[in-house]
Amino acid sequence: MTEPTTKAAAPSAGKPVATDPATGRVEREFTVKDRSQFQQTMRRFLRHKLAVGSLIVFLLLVLFAFVGPHLWKYQYTTITPDNSVPPSMKHPFGTDNLGHDMFAQVLRGLQQSIKVALSIALIATVGGTLWGTISGYYKGFVDNALMRFADLILTIPSLALAAALANNFSGSWWIIAIILGGLAAPYVGRVVRGMVLSIREREYVEAARALGASDIRIMLRHLVPNAFAVVVVNATLLVASGILAETSLSFLGFGVRPPDTSLGVLITLGQGAVNTRPWLFYFPGLFIILVALTVNFLGDGLRDALDPQQTRQRR
Amino acid sequence: MLAYTIRRVLISVPVLLGSTILVFIMVKLSGDPLESIKLRNPPPPPQTIKLEEHRLGLDQSWPLQYWNWLKGLVLHGNFGAAVQPSDNIGSEIGSHLWVTMRLVFFSVLIALILAIITGVLSAVKQYSALDYTTTFFGFLFLSMPVFWFAVLLKSWGIWYNQNVSANTFYTIGDKSVVLENDTTWGHITDVAGHMVLPTIVLGLAGYAGWTRFTRASMLEVLNSDHVRLARAKGLRSRKVLVRHALRNALIPLTTVTALDIAALLGGAILTETVFQWQGMGALFVQSLRDKDAHLMMGWLLVSATIVILFNLIADLLYGVLDPRIRHA
Repeated sequence: MTEPTTKAAAPSAGKPVATDPATGRVEREFTVKDRSQFQQTMRRFLRHKLAVGSLIVFLLLVLFAFVGPHLWKYQYTTITPDNSVPPSMKHPFGTDNLGHDMFAQVLRGLQQSIKVALSIALIATVGGTLWGTISGYYKGFVDNALMRFADLILTIPSLALAAALANNFSGSWWIIAIILGGLAAPYVGRVVRGMVLSIREREYVEAARALGASDIRIMLRHLVPNAFAVVVVNATLLVASGILAETSLSFLGFGVRPPDTSLGVLITLGQGAVNTRPWLFYFPGLFIILVALTVNFLGDGLRDALDPQQTRQRR
Repeated sequence: MLAYTIRRVLISVPVLLGSTILVFIMVKLSGDPLESIKLRNPPPPPQTIKLEEHRLGLDQSWPLQYWNWLKGLVLHGNFGAAVQPSDNIGSEIGSHLWVTMRLVFFSVLIALILAIITGVLSAVKQYSALDYTTTFFGFLFLSMPVFWFAVLLKSWGIWYNQNVSANTFYTIGDKSVVLENDTTWGHITDVAGHMVLPTIVLGLAGYAGWTRFTRASMLEVLNSDHVRLARAKGLRSRKVLVRHALRNALIPLTTVTALDIAALLGGAILTETVFQWQGMGALFVQSLRDKDAHLMMGWLLVSATIVILFNLIADLLYGVLDPRIRHA
């Protein structure tokens, strides 16, 4: 990125370059304005229109999911006298065969799905970062043990493993989140380990060690912050894959279970009605796509903004 | 290369064993497989339950159960007794695996071909209309639940069939129950017809990530010095693109494809459930419903082997794509 980080200083009107007597700094013709890494990243991110737009839409969806149920006239459990009516002014998304208002159901489903997806991303990111940092920093036996365990989880289709695990529990949303988050952690762990393996050989880590910094301090102050960019991008993409994983699990019958609901439960219940009462199937599906799409765009924008090697100018 | 292969296979044995132990414990914790028999009305005589417990080895301790299963598998190639008395786990897995593998194989093939073509084109013509279209569809399929798309496509198939009053798209099952044209060719076309919609679903699910990946790694290679040199030498642009750029861009794609196979098997479970195929997906759901530890372990052993095999193939392909990585 060839950003203009230099700004022309006030014209020095033919004066020779002199030292400022007060500060002792050299007065130059061009002064460089300092920008922290955060500021640079923000500038680059804000220039990425699609990502900024996605962030706004995503935040609106979150607001919609968490505030909406309090404002809407029906609860998701309310059974209205209208059975299976198509979308109308009274029921914008129609109703199901029991008379549940689909708009209220979608609001609740969206809320539960966002909660699950954000928790998955949080659990997987924190767990995976710890896993990868410890594994990469200590190397040797610890690394071997942790990575073989990661291999073990990665060789099994995670949907199968999640279903087998969730089969043991009732389907509350936080159990689903812990299971799916835990199963996504090895992926994050592997990526972080790769980063840590190269960072730990850098001079500044060596310097910190020479100065007597403890292992914990090196990990928290040097390794994790330097792997941060990759972790953040991964976490964003995990939100998108998390929301999809939840729907898949619910479809197989091992996810969130009725009477509670999620977008996955809603499309599973609506799949039989796709030709007769399409609103039951399409509306929840559209919201899943909307959430996943905005989060994916957001992750893409973050990746571009955080990648220091990014040299291509985006149009 | 042979020594490398053998070493890799040997390393994967403990991983496989570990995963079966993990799953064994998980299924054991999930409950009693004989619950449905015990709850029968009128209750079955205690001898029946005793016999069933003995048949499934439930009267032994867990470690002993696992050991017996392992012994039977290694010595006799026997996957153990299934909860459904009529099932033989080995032959069940065999027939179901064939159904699933042809779906996965063709999906991967189609997805890779499409992903490489569109990925390369959108990298070469960056920011063109084609690039934006590919990117949009890539993101769209990346953000769509596999089974939602499967149900959607199935319903379109049914709708189309009703409109033309002909059975153009098969939407249920992996083959017809009764076949009018009972010849080899008839069987092949019948199976192929049933595969069309599920393959599109699973193929597009894989395509989404891979086309993004191909584009990114192509862009990286196209900006590198050796491609600039190849151009400066005056090589024809097609040759530069295929021999110098694509070949290098394929190396990371190989890794990603192999890593995604596990996820694709998960997608196959969903696709098969929607289209009511008798594949590994159905077998998996059955093992969970029956709380059948032996069936589950057999299922897992086979799918984990497939994942490991694909990873091995990917590693061997590195050597073909990149002469610097030769496995001694």
